[in-house]
Amino acid sequence: MSDLPLIQADRAVPPPATTTSTGGRRRRLRLLSRTDRVVITLMVLVPLLLVTGFVWMPAAATVLLSGTNWDGIGPLNEIEFVGARNYSDVVNIYPPFVPAVQHNLLWLAALFVVATPFGMFLAVLLDKELRGSRFYQTALYLPVVLSLALIGFVWQLLYSRDQGLINAVFGSSIDWYGDSNVNIWAVMVASGWRHVGYIMLLYLAGLKGVDPPLREAAAVDGASESRTFFRVVFPVMRPINIIVLVVTVIESLRAFDLVWVVNKGRNGLELISALVTQNVVGEASRIGFGSALATIMLVVSLVFITIYLATVMRENRE
Amino acid sequence: MSRPQSQAEYLARLVPPSVAGINRRSLLAGAAGTGALLGTGLLAGCGDDSGSGGSSKDVSLGSNQSDPKPKDVLVKVTDGFKTSSGVQVAVNTVDHNTFQENINNYLQGKPDDVFTWFAGYRMRFFAQKGLASDISDVWGKLSGYSDAFKKASTGDDGKQYFVPASYYPWAMFYRKSVWQQYGYQVPTTLDQLTALTAQMKRDGLTPIAFADKDGWPAMGTFDILNLRINGYQFHIDLMAGKEAWTSDKVKKVFDTWAGLLPAHQPDSLGRTWQEAAQSLQQKKSGMYLLGLFVGQQFSNEEQSDLDFFTFPEIDPAIGAKALDAPIDGYMMARKPKNEDNARKLLEYFGGKEAGDITVKNDPATLVANGSADVSGYTALQKKAAELVGSATEIAQFLDRDTRPDFASTVIIPALQQFIKDPKDIGGLTSSIENQKKSIFTD
Repeated sequence: MSDLPLIQADRAVPPPATTTSTGGRRRRLRLLSRTDRVVITLMVLVPLLLVTGFVWMPAAATVLLSGTNWDGIGPLNEIEFVGARNYSDVVNIYPPFVPAVQHNLLWLAALFVVATPFGMFLAVLLDKELRGSRFYQTALYLPVVLSLALIGFVWQLLYSRDQGLINAVFGSSIDWYGDSNVNIWAVMVASGWRHVGYIMLLYLAGLKGVDPPLREAAAVDGASESRTFFRVVFPVMRPINIIVLVVTVIESLRAFDLVWVVNKGRNGLELISALVTQNVVGEASRIGFGSALATIMLVVSLVFITIYLATVMRENRE
Repeated sequence: MSRPQSQAEYLARLVPPSVAGINRRSLLAGAAGTGALLGTGLLAGCGDDSGSGGSSKDVSLGSNQSDPKPKDVLVKVTDGFKTSSGVQVAVNTVDHNTFQENINNYLQGKPDDVFTWFAGYRMRFFAQKGLASDISDVWGKLSGYSDAFKKASTGDDGKQYFVPASYYPWAMFYRKSVWQQYGYQVPTTLDQLTALTAQMKRDGLTPIAFADKDGWPAMGTFDILNLRINGYQFHIDLMAGKEAWTSDKVKKVFDTWAGLLPAHQPDSLGRTWQEAAQSLQQKKSGMYLLGLFVGQQFSNEEQSDLDFFTFPEIDPAIGAKALDAPIDGYMMARKPKNEDNARKLLEYFGGKEAGDITVKNDPATLVANGSADVSGYTALQKKAAELVGSATEIAQFLDRDTRPDFASTVIIPALQQFIKDPKDIGGLTSSIENQKKSIFTD
């Protein structure tokens, strides 16, 4: 059996004009040995099962549960379906929802407009091989190693109204974490502090990979430093730029730890992820309602994922 | 769903290493000690040869007493149980908040035979759902409890599901030295309280310390105002979802609170109760409405300077005899491995001996069993016990008297919203009412 395809393939080579593209594909397939086929099948099946089991099934379950009023207690067959009531409740009578959406968008904007460009700027500076650049690199990267939860504690020491460093030094009495007009900014500074280091390192790695002759050529042509960066280096770094963009979006969507540590995502620090946790995890167990929030978050994420995938695929086609 | 859950566990692990280290060490020491004792005490053979580790000579206890002091007291009590009955208690201690947050999964999974819990709505809910066992027979052997405690241990079906161990009242705490210095008198009416806060402001003090960063302390203020203005029964009905939050009665509570709010420490939403208690301790604030545990923020020498009064009367027809005094205690899981031992343990927990051990070792709580020897109480404890003893009704605290989803996802944001903007009471109460209707569906 296994010999047969090989012979056919050999024969198929001489008349090229008559072979269509389907013929070519068949030929390639038949060149694979049985082991190859088993390996390929496994390589497709195992990740497929993992992705289905750990990503798609829970996602589908979340969407399904969002149509129920399950409280996490009792057998599954006692679950009652309530249609779209959870969604209408979320939008109409749940006061934290609108602020949460606004804060998520604000978070994205702040990281995108301030933190990410600043991290890139630092990377460009560090790329100049200043004296002690290793030290700066370590100092700037250090927050990335800390968990966001820990960062929450660290900044609490600075921000505490009565006992914090900032108010002690400046003699002010600003309630950094408690005033709902201020705390989202205070928290975003703490989150940006970490994000800057992350982006810096990513970008620095990219910059190190840029071909030096490119810059030399630009210099010989008389281009200024900034012109060289924007016209030569930046376009060359396109793959890194896309990664940085994706990282920024992901970071802003999954922002959670910091606000949770500060005040469990209440009073001015509402984020969708924190609302999901408040409702689903813990004693509350409003699983149906929380799932509706999670589904909304999933849809928002899907928008960004779709845009990203569309961009990447279009690029590949070109 | 797995992500946040691990997140919660992850956050729970953020206990400072010093504390975690102590826990682990003391656990190990305890395990070693119990092992040695088991070796000498295990004379009778295992009656129940299941081989799964559940011998008739032990019983497991799930505990949320993760703070060093109460944890130590629990070890002493279980040691006492072993001495009297020969049954070994395997204590499984979990961080207090983690225990509370995971209680649903815990009780539906493989819970310990006996577990720590609170009296209140949630206790009755677990009883109704069949997640806890009826222990009326244990109550038949208990003595020394007042009717209030028995009532607080009874489920909706009239059977008992809970053994009270300790409780603590909520009251207005103050430092005697500060009050002597300025010559303040304990207020007995709302007008006197208002006058007192005005005087304190003139004396350069923050009249009422206040913190609500964590969301729950403000519930204490709401509760006491509601109890004074509308009485105990209205509190219970409101918490059970039977009364409308848009009613004038609730609006009056918020109105009264709004009147008092300027006397409270400002910027409370960024402050923890510990920080507020420290402002009282540092003599910057005049008084603080909190539970007896406020004493934790005072050094041993300062304990005798701490005093309290119950929140003053607002409506003479209602009086000032009801208060929040949450009761902590024990329940039995739905299918305990060692049911006989579990009942014995609960009987011991509810007995005089366990009460005596607690009195001797923990100055921060009051023992629920009235027959316990309370001569070891501090002056503050004695006064607190008298206060609760003279109370006509004892409420459990807002988040223990209502559904947890309602308390945490509706009331906490609503009260914080009120503190931020005390003017829009109409909008706030109708928002609460709308959400209440969608949660209290059954």
